[in-house]
Amino acid sequence: MILWIVLLPFIAALLPVVIQKQFSKIHTGWFVLPVPVIASLFFISKLSNINPPFFESHRWMPSIGLNLNFKIDGIGLLFALLISIIGALVVFYSIHYLSHREELGKFYTYLLLFMGAMLGVVLSDNILALYMFWELTSISSFLLISFWYVKARSIQGALKSMLITVFGGLMLLGGIAILITITDTTSITEMINQSSTIQQHPLFPLALILVLLAACTKSAQFPFHIWLPDAMEAPTPVSAYLHSATMVKAGIYLVARLTPIFAVSAIWTYSLIFIGLFTMCFASIKAVNQKDLKGVLAFSTISQLGLIMSLLGLGSFAFSNQFKEMYIIAITASVFHILNHASFKGALFMTVGIIDHETGTRDIRKLNGLLTMMPVTFTMSCLGLLSMAGVPPFNGFLSKEMFITAVLNVVNHAMSSHLILSIIALLLMFIGSMFTFIYCIKLLKDIFFGHPKDNTSEKPPHEAPLLLLVSPIVLITMMLIISIVPNVFLPLLTAATASITNQHVDVAHIHHFHGINSPLLITLAIIVFGALLVATYQHWSKLYSVLPERFSLNHGYDFLLKHSQTTSKSINQFLVFKTIRFSMSAILVTLILMTVYVFINHSVAINFKSLSTIQPYEMILVGIILIATIMILKAQSRLFSIIMLSAIGYSIALLFVFFNAPDLALTQLAIETISTALFLMCFYHLPKQYRHKESATFKLTNFVIALLAGICVTVIALAAYSNKLYPSIADYYIKHVYDLAAGKNMVNVILVDFRGFDTLFESSVLGIAGIGIYTLIRLRQNRGEHNEKTK
Amino acid sequence: MTNDIVNIIIIIALIIVACAMLGIVYRVIKGPTLADRVVALDALGISLMAMIALFSVLLNTKYYISIIMLLGVLAFLGTAAFAKFMERGEIVEYDRHNRDHR
Repeated sequence: MILWIVLLPFIAALLPVVIQKQFSKIHTGWFVLPVPVIASLFFISKLSNINPPFFESHRWMPSIGLNLNFKIDGIGLLFALLISIIGALVVFYSIHYLSHREELGKFYTYLLLFMGAMLGVVLSDNILALYMFWELTSISSFLLISFWYVKARSIQGALKSMLITVFGGLMLLGGIAILITITDTTSITEMINQSSTIQQHPLFPLALILVLLAACTKSAQFPFHIWLPDAMEAPTPVSAYLHSATMVKAGIYLVARLTPIFAVSAIWTYSLIFIGLFTMCFASIKAVNQKDLKGVLAFSTISQLGLIMSLLGLGSFAFSNQFKEMYIIAITASVFHILNHASFKGALFMTVGIIDHETGTRDIRKLNGLLTMMPVTFTMSCLGLLSMAGVPPFNGFLSKEMFITAVLNVVNHAMSSHLILSIIALLLMFIGSMFTFIYCIKLLKDIFFGHPKDNTSEKPPHEAPLLLLVSPIVLITMMLIISIVPNVFLPLLTAATASITNQHVDVAHIHHFHGINSPLLITLAIIVFGALLVATYQHWSKLYSVLPERFSLNHGYDFLLKHSQTTSKSINQFLVFKTIRFSMSAILVTLILMTVYVFINHSVAINFKSLSTIQPYEMILVGIILIATIMILKAQSRLFSIIMLSAIGYSIALLFVFFNAPDLALTQLAIETISTALFLMCFYHLPKQYRHKESATFKLTNFVIALLAGICVTVIALAAYSNKLYPSIADYYIKHVYDLAAGKNMVNVILVDFRGFDTLFESSVLGIAGIGIYTLIRLRQNRGEHNEKTK
Repeated sequence: MTNDIVNIIIIIALIIVACAMLGIVYRVIKGPTLADRVVALDALGISLMAMIALFSVLLNTKYYISIIMLLGVLAFLGTAAFAKFMERGEIVEYDRHNRDHR
């Protein structure tokens, strides 16, 4: 059943393009809407019975351990609910947001692909299947970001997000490979059961870092957050769905899912806490001076994701220090904030889309005083932003207070041993929360208050149609329900916490008011300082221009991309587009170096025991060959070199005679004559000048390389000759050349009988060479004629 | 006994031919004109024939006779080819059909 729910979006993804053509009158979205609705109803029906977790397995590729095993437990169900319900709302919203002129078929195909992939990620119990769906989310996200592919910025943003998330995905694959090697299973549940084995393995830290990198790239943590603001070029429904509620939480899901395995490691807890807190702080500061509405929301998403990450890290810290109570508080807070963030951020993106849709601009400087024109949108934005800012009594306040409690708990426990780290954590937490408050309030103030600037906007602003407002209203209502009666979702939170912590838990009820304690005081301080800073924004906004563009991470990314291209290009040019001489010397130098390496590292004996005596005529002949070779090197004319070359060839034929090889000598003579004739034929077509002027160093390097290569080959030959390990097979041929093959010429019998295959293929080589020469000549002639005709 | 004497004589002959070849090679290298070199090359081929003949006697084998004959043919062919090259500048001329075609 789960399989079909996960496959449903994939199957449905085949249809929208056809539907758009067939029923062009009706918006394609209406046909797509049932898919997420069915999925949501299915997951809602599972709400009551998730304890114990629901398993389902389907064989797919058992030989490599890739099976479609699904598991519904608390955390999986929470994510699946978010994906399907927000998916349904986003499809409904997009029906009114995108006009008929867009390529709706493609849009819904990509969206459904993404939905299926995301459901696969959160429900897979098989880690390889998880990876597969993980990459599918990257690919479908790439397609959705570049939906308006005629815009250069869309393509750029899509490429950036693709590069970064796929980089993370490949890291994940590495981590998965290590985990599978250690545990010898692909089931996540089984891995968690074997976590103590994993933790003792030497590759454990490497797997941890790889998984952490994957989570940080997907969830846009510092310094991999740069793709998220650029992904805002996507249509707003996509931004609302992918880049606030679902895909960016895949990294969070991964961290939460693997927490039982990795939580004992200090690297894991400290990196999560500090990456999370720093990202939260950094992104919230960056969000304040954004000019684009979606830019603000992008940075705020990054910041909130950092908050959730750090909560998971705080939970892991408590776990590794055996504080069960704190562990559960932190994990519950993270789960609760996932829920909260998905509700208000989805709604905020949709309201921003509405503002864009109804006024024609997303630029904060052009928008003003929309309060009276768009009262419903204002109400929704106001509620969403206040919740995000952590103002009581909204749900953002509840989770923010839990966050502060978790930070304070951990800091209290770590204060004695890690004083500086604790102070940094507190500071980051406070600044991050304060700037979150600042950008929320500033956004609200800038857009909705003040005087309307009617001359700048393209259309007269007015309230959105009701149908466009439905989805954000539903989300805001959900948010309000969580705010007013937070304990409604307590069973789900308990289940999710239990599945993350892998033990039975009792989650304490969430209360609005715990009495006057330090978290409440910190929240009040944040509100007071934040309000002061918003009021004095004009005076300190100049601080943003202090840091020049050159030091930004985007600049670093561009620099890296540009330089990877230019560097590879220059390496390519250096290595490939050189002369043949360069490649040749590279090959020879490699040969020399490897020979030297082998001779140094292995004891290779060279002895002269098995040498025969040297005859005087052999010496004379070798002398002739030597002289002729030297003359070729010194020759000034081509003709002379050719003659010397043939002299060498004939001398070698004579050597064959001396060494009792009549057949070889015969062949050598014939071939030498023919090749000399061929050289002479080529000679006629060559220019008179024999050699270019060459510098002395050029000649010297050539000489050295040639000399060393010659020495190497000689040494190898000597070493090979002095280390004969086995007796020759020749005795067999000598014994059986007549009785087995009925021949007396042993060379010929070997050529055509014992080893006839070699002869066959050498004959075919000759045939190929002949055909090659023929075609080369003919083709050249034809081209010449063609050129003449065109003239 | 006679065999030994024959062998020694043949080896002496071989050395003499080899020395002659050295002289011819000197001519090939030094030879002021191309014609000198070609003639020297022709002589080299023929002394090569002599050498192989002597050698086959020394080894008491008849398998080298075909090589001697081949060398004779090749030496002639090579010299003729060179001669034609010196005369015309190329060895194989285009046949009439091809020339007409151009």
